[in-house]
Amino acid sequence: MDEFFAGLVPVLAATLRVATPLILCAMGGLFSERAGIFDIGLEGKMLSAAFVAAAMAAVTGSAWLALAAAIGISVLLGLLHGLACITYRGNQIVSGVAINILASGLTIVFGMAWFRRGGQTPSLPPEARFMPLQWPGADMVRDLPVIGPVYAELIGGHNLLVYVALLLVPLAHWVLGSTRFGLRLRAVGEVPLAVDTAGISVAWLRYRAVIICGLLAGIAGAYLSIAQNAAFSRDMSAGQGFIALAAMIFGKWRPLPAFGACLMFGLLDAVAIRLQGVRLGSFGEVPVQAIQVLPYLLTVILLAGFVGRAVAPKAGGIPYVKEH
Amino acid sequence: MSGAAVQATIQGEHQAPPAIELRDIHKSFGLVHANRGVSLSVPAGSITGIIGENGAGKSTLMSILYGLYEADSGEIRVDGKRVAIHAPRDAIAAGIGMVHQHFMLVDSFTVLENILLGSEGGPLLRRSMAGARRELERLEREYGLRVNPDALVGDLPVGEQQRVEILKVLYRGARILVLDEPTGVLTPQETDQLFRILSALSERGVTVILITHKLREIMAITDNVYVMRQGQIVAHRQTAATGREELAELMVGRKIRLGLDKSSCQPGDAVLQAEHLFFRDARGVTLVDDVSLAIHAGEIVGIAGVSGNGQSELLELLAGMRLPASGSIRLAGRQIDRDHPVDPAEMRRLGLAHVPEDRHRYGMVAQFEANETAILGYHREARFNQGVLLNRKAMVSHCSELMEQYDVRPRHAALDSRNFSGGNQQKLILAREIECSPKVLLVGQPTRGVDIGAIEFIHRELLRMRDAGCGILLVSVELDEVMALADRILVMFGGRIVGEVAGTEADERRLGLMMANAWPTANGDVAMNRAAS
Amino acid sequence: MKAPRQPLPAWIDVGLIPLANVMLAFLVAGLIVLAVGVNPLDAVHVMLIGAFGYPEAIGYTLYYATNFIFTGLAVALAFHAGLFNIGGEGQAYIGGLGVGLVVLALDGLLPGIFLIPLAILGAAGFGAVWALIPAWLQAYRGSHIVITTIMFNFIAAALMVYLMVNVLIAPGVMSPESREFAASAHLPLLHMVLRSAGFAMGESPLNLSLLLALACCVLVWVFLWHTRWGYELRAMGQNPGAASYAGINGRRMILLAMGLSGALAGMMAVNELIGVQHRLILNFTAGYGFTGIAVALMGRSHPFGVVLASLLFGVLQQGGAELAFEFPTITREMVVVIQGLVILFSGALAYMTRPWFESLFVLLRRPSAAAAAGTERA
Repeated sequence: MDEFFAGLVPVLAATLRVATPLILCAMGGLFSERAGIFDIGLEGKMLSAAFVAAAMAAVTGSAWLALAAAIGISVLLGLLHGLACITYRGNQIVSGVAINILASGLTIVFGMAWFRRGGQTPSLPPEARFMPLQWPGADMVRDLPVIGPVYAELIGGHNLLVYVALLLVPLAHWVLGSTRFGLRLRAVGEVPLAVDTAGISVAWLRYRAVIICGLLAGIAGAYLSIAQNAAFSRDMSAGQGFIALAAMIFGKWRPLPAFGACLMFGLLDAVAIRLQGVRLGSFGEVPVQAIQVLPYLLTVILLAGFVGRAVAPKAGGIPYVKEH
Repeated sequence: MSGAAVQATIQGEHQAPPAIELRDIHKSFGLVHANRGVSLSVPAGSITGIIGENGAGKSTLMSILYGLYEADSGEIRVDGKRVAIHAPRDAIAAGIGMVHQHFMLVDSFTVLENILLGSEGGPLLRRSMAGARRELERLEREYGLRVNPDALVGDLPVGEQQRVEILKVLYRGARILVLDEPTGVLTPQETDQLFRILSALSERGVTVILITHKLREIMAITDNVYVMRQGQIVAHRQTAATGREELAELMVGRKIRLGLDKSSCQPGDAVLQAEHLFFRDARGVTLVDDVSLAIHAGEIVGIAGVSGNGQSELLELLAGMRLPASGSIRLAGRQIDRDHPVDPAEMRRLGLAHVPEDRHRYGMVAQFEANETAILGYHREARFNQGVLLNRKAMVSHCSELMEQYDVRPRHAALDSRNFSGGNQQKLILAREIECSPKVLLVGQPTRGVDIGAIEFIHRELLRMRDAGCGILLVSVELDEVMALADRILVMFGGRIVGEVAGTEADERRLGLMMANAWPTANGDVAMNRAAS
Repeated sequence: MKAPRQPLPAWIDVGLIPLANVMLAFLVAGLIVLAVGVNPLDAVHVMLIGAFGYPEAIGYTLYYATNFIFTGLAVALAFHAGLFNIGGEGQAYIGGLGVGLVVLALDGLLPGIFLIPLAILGAAGFGAVWALIPAWLQAYRGSHIVITTIMFNFIAAALMVYLMVNVLIAPGVMSPESREFAASAHLPLLHMVLRSAGFAMGESPLNLSLLLALACCVLVWVFLWHTRWGYELRAMGQNPGAASYAGINGRRMILLAMGLSGALAGMMAVNELIGVQHRLILNFTAGYGFTGIAVALMGRSHPFGVVLASLLFGVLQQGGAELAFEFPTITREMVVVIQGLVILFSGALAYMTRPWFESLFVLLRRPSAAAAAGTERA
């Protein structure tokens, strides 16, 4: 029993660490998409934020300044998306693609120009990062069976941003369901004309949604480069923005189920690392790629309506045009 | 008209400034001048009608009043004070509320959430919800507006959805209520109920502006009426001092005959028969419910009904655009049913042509050149193809011929379809469909959004086709149109055919009751017997 | 104040405005170059020399352009059907698998004259199949094709890694690549062909795929505007309701459009694999599939525009390599940045510049009327 737990706790703790950027991004995407602005640019925002955070931390040595800068750049990209899709009624998919491609290029161009390390940023000292937090009394209980590892390694022992992500889920749920802002946000993603005729600015509401999305994707990016890792490396987001998008769809655009999907995808990833090279009975070796593609495959299967149905906000993807 | 309203009108004229005053409003959309120097004055507490044809500029005017559009020039006064209305929130602040033709409701929200939207009263919902509930109860007591606040709006019938719209407006504290074509989706009986509510509101001092193109409604409820034509106000009358004929004349700008010269009908053999057709949508709701009918050569069969009672689906079933859940269609010796499906292309080959209800959605491709739109549905025919290639030259000459013959302007076969006026688009579509001399012609809303000149032209063409032996099925929400053209009228309600009347015996009251399924002897048997015989 | 929509003459609408959007993209790119400490004019100079300045350069430029024509056409064709195919990258990748399987299986058996057409078919076929799965899911299950094609890019990448590492890897090799294709599978290089015809041309990877790409452009143009299937495809893209009214089977059109789109994207592998690399390798698509989106947007989804845009991106790709060589602070990824900017300005912000041109047009057209309006407002 103890042995089982000893094996399980690290896997679950790893799940949480892998899921954190997914949760942050998925919640961000959720705010944007519930307001009717599709955002496939999560990946690009997160990547840009990761680079800027690492660069800022390398230069100033302050994790907090780095976080602020990461949020800043990500919100700026969100505003660019807003400018294209809300103000100029451009195609939301095209804008998202542009942001992703821009981010993958710019992070390397500036990375090379500033640091000359083939796109990497210098490796950061602990002071410039968000380090795991030791919970009070963790050392004392560590040796207790079950409770010890759970308290010290699963509940405690993560960096601040992990807890931010975890707190964000109930917060998002509450904001969407129980506040005036949430009511209006949900309405504008379904029938923007109803919002407009109720005397509320559709554009401002949607801008706030893309700003929130930028903010959360910015935290996710900072997490990648200055919390989970100690430097930026090229294309380090590695498709996690898309997995977050998949998790959001998998959660049918609702915070709690999306959180569940993030944890599931995080678990798959955590398990995949441990399964590398392991033989499973008569199956032989499970190719790690097979586990890596599961989030994408599962999302395709869900979208195909083979398990439940994921229905996007009705006004999603359509620019709001008042005058003909 | 209620006594209190008259009193309010009189008071309005002598004491209080008008609730709404518009002065010299101009508004253009590109080259279209939708409002040209419109001035009007609405007495406080009155029910004022604005009547005009489709496209006369009524809706544009009200959208300007509500801040959805901004006028190019002109001024708006509310209670005598000049106000600047740039957005709906300015209109709401000035006490103006609007019930739109298409409801501004979120289907997935409850009634309460919909009503709360925009006037929540605080950043948290829980407190505002309780307050809204109390306020709803008060409004229900005062005006008899009853709805379940916790029902999902998407689950409510249309009449109740409209009530939610009115409640929404009242909840925001509007003292001036604008209704844009509110009865288009209602049965005559629901309409009467709406009018009772409007009278009650007016008695309590609410000013009501009713936008409509239906003479009956103006006569039934308003105190005074403005007539709009081609973007201008052409007349203002006290309702009591005018009549239908005068208003109709003012609307179209010349004397019109409500009837057309029509030879008597000489029906031949049945050319299209439908037997026990059923159709259900994706959610399983039965939209066409056991419909049987027959169309004979040389007759026009009209389908009357409040919009949304299965007419559109019936038309699409007969055109081959949808497959019936059960039942069958017989056309040119072919049996069509679930096991023997056809597509619209095959139906055309069998001699059926179709002028669709919504030309923008179905009839044409806006971005296509006129000559491309002119072969839509016939594009696979040999005359427009050369081997694997399209015969561009034949397409252009075909289009030019149609334009010449049916007076489509401008005569420019390479112009994008969207650049033609509504009437000319419709003429091009009609031309395309009747040019190949079909045996059966399905026509949906042939004159929706079409200018008066084109309406007459289209009506004459339909009668000409009938006299040439074509069997025509005409679906229209305009009762006048159905009564003027049809030799036989079937009435649809809730997906069923609930009555049949000969064209010569049709009157509005009887059809109206049938459309509400309230005609005592109405049932589907009449129509079915006919089809079976 | 909201400006009324002003109808503009075609030369402004399809000529000047798109041009201005691209210029804006380059302007911003110039600022970024400036930000990394290089004079943009020097950079342009180096790029142009790099792309045209010596005999081999032009060949390289056209070789890159060939890839962009295939992927750009793929995106453009799908656009006409109202579909956004973001999966070009994955379709090209799987197209490469098709080429690889055909050649690895048959290059010992067949002469080039049979083998190469079969390899092309393999590329087109595999690319088409990889696009047809999302297409089928969209047509029959209602899944959003944008999301599924994105997902299929990742699935394609994972599949290829697995196959290359575990199945197709050449024996005794450490890096995941297949054995070299037999010479019969090599597509003739253009400078060789020209040399044998008596013309001199610098050595470059440019091969006969360019002709295949240009032929595809002509075929796509004929297909879209001069066949009834193209007519039906465009009708569905512009107005699905009208298409179904006309008896056009929308589902079949989605399959047709995506199948052709995937086939075009897949054929990019012909250029890379039997034209240049002569073996199956990982990541040979190198983002060309995504560049196709920029190419299609810039070329306004017209085959002719796609060729022009591909040439420009070919210049950027080749000149960009030179740029990285010349200036230590600039990397090749500058080209990626420019692609992103083109997608941004020609695509997402395409409507931004229009009001400027509208006002300008009105001002130039009726100077007196505009002046009168000005005084009236004052």
